[in-house]
Amino acid sequence: MTIRTTTATIAAIAMLAVGACAKKAPEELPPPPAGTDTPTDSGISNAPIPGSQQDFIANVSSDRIFFDFDQYNVDAQDQATLQSQAQWLQRNPAVRVTLEGHADERGTRDYNIALGERRANAAKNYLASLGIDPSRINVISYGKERPAALGSNEEAWAQNRRAVTVVIER
Amino acid sequence: MPFRTALSLALLLTAAPVFAQESPTGPTPPATVETTPRETIEGQLSQDRTVIAVPAFATPSVTTVAGLRTDSLGRQIGEVVAADLERSGLYAPLGPGSVRAITMDEVTAPRFADWKARNAENVVHGFVRATATGGFIVGCYLYDTELGTELVRQGYEIVPGDWRRAAHKCADAIYSRLSGEAPFFDSRIAYIAESGPKGNRVKQLAIMDSDGGNHKFITNGQALAISPRFSPDYKKIVYVSYLNNRVRVFIYDVASGTQKLVTESSNATFAPRWSPDGRQILYSMAVGGNTDIYRISVDGGTPVRLTNTPGIDVGGSFSPDGSKIVFESDRSGGQQIYTMNADGSNQRRISFGGGRYATPEWSPRGDLIAFTKMGGGEFRIGVMTPSGGGERMLTNSWQDEAPTWSPNGRVIQFFRTTPGKSGKSTIWQVDLTGVNLRRLPTPRDGSDPSWGPILP
Repeated sequence: MTIRTTTATIAAIAMLAVGACAKKAPEELPPPPAGTDTPTDSGISNAPIPGSQQDFIANVSSDRIFFDFDQYNVDAQDQATLQSQAQWLQRNPAVRVTLEGHADERGTRDYNIALGERRANAAKNYLASLGIDPSRINVISYGKERPAALGSNEEAWAQNRRAVTVVIER
Repeated sequence: MPFRTALSLALLLTAAPVFAQESPTGPTPPATVETTPRETIEGQLSQDRTVIAVPAFATPSVTTVAGLRTDSLGRQIGEVVAADLERSGLYAPLGPGSVRAITMDEVTAPRFADWKARNAENVVHGFVRATATGGFIVGCYLYDTELGTELVRQGYEIVPGDWRRAAHKCADAIYSRLSGEAPFFDSRIAYIAESGPKGNRVKQLAIMDSDGGNHKFITNGQALAISPRFSPDYKKIVYVSYLNNRVRVFIYDVASGTQKLVTESSNATFAPRWSPDGRQILYSMAVGGNTDIYRISVDGGTPVRLTNTPGIDVGGSFSPDGSKIVFESDRSGGQQIYTMNADGSNQRRISFGGGRYATPEWSPRGDLIAFTKMGGGEFRIGVMTPSGGGERMLTNSWQDEAPTWSPNGRVIQFFRTTPGKSGKSTIWQVDLTGVNLRRLPTPRDGSDPSWGPILP
């Protein structure tokens, strides 16, 4: 009973959203929510839809791994994070993900795009080594264009040197 | 032809001698007149910059064309000429707001005593006259007040929308005549207009004149846009768009407002650059995390891979003759500057100072390479020779990035970013000697400036 009510509510919200979009259809798709700090609690239900970003966040140790300055190696802590992601991906074989590579602001723009590519591919390659089909993994580098932490200090930069796994919602 | 040097000017000015058509790049100075050498500016902006009076341009009769009155247009052109000359850092203009207006008769018969009384070494006179075909003729004259000699005489026939170009061409003729340098005001800039919060900046492709005039947004900001470059003929702009959540180089056609991919690929393509003849495009492509530099015809076809090291090879800038490319690579560890032949052969490192070197741009004069140097907690703009010698730093700031050269190779624009959560990027320029640092006016914040050549 609770579940049915929740579904109905979600459907209603979805219709509202569609209605709002239809009024002002964008000419081109807006960029993805780059921070990917998707709220895990919508206040509607505590049970995320299986295979969703919400479900992913709730069941992996983290959606992101972090890198040292100008580096792209996957260390032991990153491996543990990616292992938890691989387990979830194995439980949800139909799900595809995007790996976003990011850099801190202390690099030049074009180089940072190349560096973000390195980082996202390093994460992708590790997931592939754990048996995840690489064709399920899309890669994009944002360079320094989409920082998660906005300060200009080492703490913020450490948060921004990251590769973030984002579920492609169907 | 919307813009051409007027040949009929002599018919208008009966008092004037035969109107000699001058090339905007090569006016011939009378041998008796001394020029103001460029090298007089050192250190701080000089207090003894040459004083030039620039009164409002006169008009033989007040006429309104396309909503523009010849008298008010004359004043506006005088203001743009004065602003250009001031921005060069070499001159202290007395613009229309600070000197008296002139009559049409004075245009060819200046009252030199009046201008000498204002301590003006030179005086600019000009006029605006409506044509029968719905345009204007703008005359531009420069005089030496001490010697009483004419140094510049030019005329431009323009459509109304091009009036700022007439002012820039006049300023260019004056600047070139007095400094001995090639012109640079009559040129345009492509850049990225920025707005919104730091974590989700809206970045739009935009274009403007070299002084910030005639500003226009090209993209609406829904897709992230970065690193634009004007084609040498100004008809196209290459840039990177995140349209549909992919990183790809597009060629935007200015006249039609349409764009096409530089190449079809499932890989990210970025950091595009034009060859000097506008026929080839350099771009960088990441394959499995490894970035290399490629060259492709502007019409498409098979790309040529120019680098193949395991490191990041990115960016690139052609020498003015198109024979060489300067680029950036971290193959030796950190980012450094390398040169190669245009076919990818003979790759060699040229930067060996401390810190990291990035974003090399070859001067249109061929003699220098501008770059971003990172080290000691700062990003600074500097120059070195194409063989890596004579390194000089021009700016000193928390984060200055991505130099682009003025058409004459005397001024460098770049963008400056401030630190912190409300940190923003704005566009600046500095003289090659490291003086005359100033911010360019843009309606929003700005980054990734790209200065095109003198307009055709």
